[in-house]
Amino acid sequence: MTPLIPVSEEEAAIMALEAMKAKTPLRITGGETKLSIGQLVETELSLSTKKLKGITLYEPSEMVLSARAGTTLEDVEEALSKHNQMLPFEPLDYAHLLGTEGKPTLGAVAAGNISGPRRILAGAARDSLIGVRFINGKGELIKNGGRVMKNVTGLDLVKLQAGAWGTLGLLTQVTFKLLPRPEKNITLMLEGLEDETAIKALCRAAGTPFEASGLVHLPKGLGHDKARTLIRLEGFSKQASYRFDEMAKVLSTFGRAVKVDGYEQDVIWQDVIGLRLLAEPRDKAIWRLSVRPTSGPNTIDVIKQALDCTYYYDWSGGLIWLSTNEEGDGGEETIRNAVAAADGHATLIRGSRQLRNRISVFQPQEGALQRLSLGIKRSFDPVSIFNPGLMVKEG
Amino acid sequence: MSAIKILKPDPEVLRKRHKIIKRLAELLPEPCLIDDERELKPFETDAFTAYRRVPLAVVLPETTQQVADVLKYCASEGVPVVARGAGTSLAGGAIPQEDAVVLGVSKLNRILDVDFENRVAMVQAGVTNLNISNHVAPEDFFYAPDPSSQLACTIAGNIGMNSGGAHCLKYGVTTNNLLGVKVVLMDGSIVDVGGDALDASGYDFLGLLCGSEGQLGIITEAKVRILRKAESARPVLFGFNDGKVAGACVSDIIGSGIIPVAIEYMDREAIHICEEFAHAGYPLDVEALLIVEVEGSEDEMSEMLEAIIKIAKKHKVVVIRESQSAMEAASIWKGRKSAFGATGRVADYICMDGTVPLSKLDYVLEKTGDIIEHYGLRCANVFHAGDGNMHPLILHNCNDEEESHKAHLAGDDILKLCVDVGGCLTGEHGVGIEKRDLMLHQFEQKDLDQQMAVRMVFDPDWLLNPSKVFPLDARGTYYK
Repeated sequence: MTPLIPVSEEEAAIMALEAMKAKTPLRITGGETKLSIGQLVETELSLSTKKLKGITLYEPSEMVLSARAGTTLEDVEEALSKHNQMLPFEPLDYAHLLGTEGKPTLGAVAAGNISGPRRILAGAARDSLIGVRFINGKGELIKNGGRVMKNVTGLDLVKLQAGAWGTLGLLTQVTFKLLPRPEKNITLMLEGLEDETAIKALCRAAGTPFEASGLVHLPKGLGHDKARTLIRLEGFSKQASYRFDEMAKVLSTFGRAVKVDGYEQDVIWQDVIGLRLLAEPRDKAIWRLSVRPTSGPNTIDVIKQALDCTYYYDWSGGLIWLSTNEEGDGGEETIRNAVAAADGHATLIRGSRQLRNRISVFQPQEGALQRLSLGIKRSFDPVSIFNPGLMVKEG
Repeated sequence: MSAIKILKPDPEVLRKRHKIIKRLAELLPEPCLIDDERELKPFETDAFTAYRRVPLAVVLPETTQQVADVLKYCASEGVPVVARGAGTSLAGGAIPQEDAVVLGVSKLNRILDVDFENRVAMVQAGVTNLNISNHVAPEDFFYAPDPSSQLACTIAGNIGMNSGGAHCLKYGVTTNNLLGVKVVLMDGSIVDVGGDALDASGYDFLGLLCGSEGQLGIITEAKVRILRKAESARPVLFGFNDGKVAGACVSDIIGSGIIPVAIEYMDREAIHICEEFAHAGYPLDVEALLIVEVEGSEDEMSEMLEAIIKIAKKHKVVVIRESQSAMEAASIWKGRKSAFGATGRVADYICMDGTVPLSKLDYVLEKTGDIIEHYGLRCANVFHAGDGNMHPLILHNCNDEEESHKAHLAGDDILKLCVDVGGCLTGEHGVGIEKRDLMLHQFEQKDLDQQMAVRMVFDPDWLLNPSKVFPLDARGTYYK
């Protein structure tokens, strides 16, 4: 792919307009860490945000930050840490899992709606994304949302852009609301629980007033010889300790609460945020399943009967990361049937080009929903210049 | 007063009125159709009472299928449909037009299922906001968004306007607490979006539907997030001798890294009006009052309050009053939540809903005062300060045409000011007809064109709530 690298929104708009006139498709790129997510997109040209960089607004007293789409997540997090603030949803980093070396950008975090373990408490990236500027498929610079947290002025195109993976335009600037960084984190660990019991414990924890900010279950064999059920608590120093003690009481029937903090705690959560637990072996396909939390273990039971797989749970059981063999459909049929019974959906996150060519990467849509998706794509990008076919089948 | 235009009725539809009503009667059980002129009257407006239009008919379906049948038929006859929850919109979101069928969700009023383990309640769209919280309260759960009208307003309306409330500073607005909907499109198709999982697949239609003001489809069911209540909560009153200083104090509290559950602001006028109505024990000799609520265990609340009091003292707070009992806390909130109703007893008012960046709060408060003074009016300020969502209530006598006109001009000036400092026209009430003609102050034509192109995907003939949101003269080729 030959890259087009605009240095301003205006230039990006001109490039998009030219592409529309010539009906030339463009692959949108940022830090190039997640290019392998989605259906195969074959284009001769790419449109990169790498020179659309820089934080344009950061008001710590308002807990809001705007940055150009190509700003690296690293730069954003560094600026926020100086004021003890953070993105509320703890974005995941796909680079290790996908074997890429670039640095993820804030624009891609928005475009992929990429949320980590803290999502269980604070909502997803889309919940914190309050404003966007983007170039649509007609080469127009469009703004939607803004820099204030409450805003119902017109249709919410911000949400549509979150998780659209660049198929609805080139994001040029994104605005997120922020949160203060908790003074202290403590993780409560229960050991040796079977999946079903573990998810019961996590759902019980989610239903307490103690605001768990991470609810993960790592089955036996995943980096440890015992299953580990992890409940992260946070707050002011005293508050975090109090919450740990109270949570231990609530969960006492599930076993002894082990306190994990310091370096050991950092390692565990960095593994979750960095998607390191299933990264090896490299030849496995990786799926992301989103289901009704209590249905997680049953979903896995059904899949395990048909497939050789490893997995773990985040979001109190509602998010399952699953590693399967690449052969055939990479487990697609089994997985799609299993998630359907759990009111959920599945996305292939890592797969060879061949596999991505054979199967549907995103959850297939039918009927009215499919018609709407296609209509939405056309309303933003009438001749389909941006990431054609990456999410929605257009032919 | 410069009237807001509502689309002229289509004479062809008016001519077919009898045929339309006859067919609707065939599609619905008898008590679900209203066509008698007297009985139609209550549906002519909502809480934005300055504008009224008696609709062609009102339907109150009992099932999603009936909604689908009505929409499909109306689409085939080119009849506009205006969705209505409880009619509490302050922006005219539910005001009909003479050629429209009003589709009310009041008979879709059942809570279908509550799943405490997964923290989800499945409800029909006509269930009131407070009913959900009341229903799950025995298990110490609640539904977080809490608009002041929560006793009456429906989840359908909350979704339509992406409603907020006092406690969304911590818990977010409707869009952050919604997991799924059943929505009927204008062509009669029934679509399920989202579900029990934490996110939905594909484009975020759930986010798009939230705040779409009944222009994309009719919601008949919703799955909402329910949360476990905090161990306890304590509202504290902080009185100041200067409104601007109180505004600056809010910004400092948030900036210090403390996020209370709520920070509400009332000025002198609002304090006196609410106190007289609710006897909440508000101090009457201050210029501004903040209600700051913290929650958690006793120790947690004390720690947070200590930090907040320290900040307030820096801003020369003159009264600090902690609620000592659950009853006292309830009356503090009763006073605040009845502010609009209480104000309605002393004067007519229009309620603004602009949101501003927190750092501009004190500036906007001062400028708002100047604007009100310029027009020789009175104003009560009562709003969600923690998220910058302002609600100046501009008092006037609606029988005095000149004064009403001035009140609307002042309102427009205040909203433009909100936009000019980096905020927006509406934080939680919606655009409706009230703010429709100001949209081009916040957006450029191309921004609205993109929104209208999205709208057209759902409702290509502009039959759903067609008079709202988009300025009539900015519709160009997008309108039919």
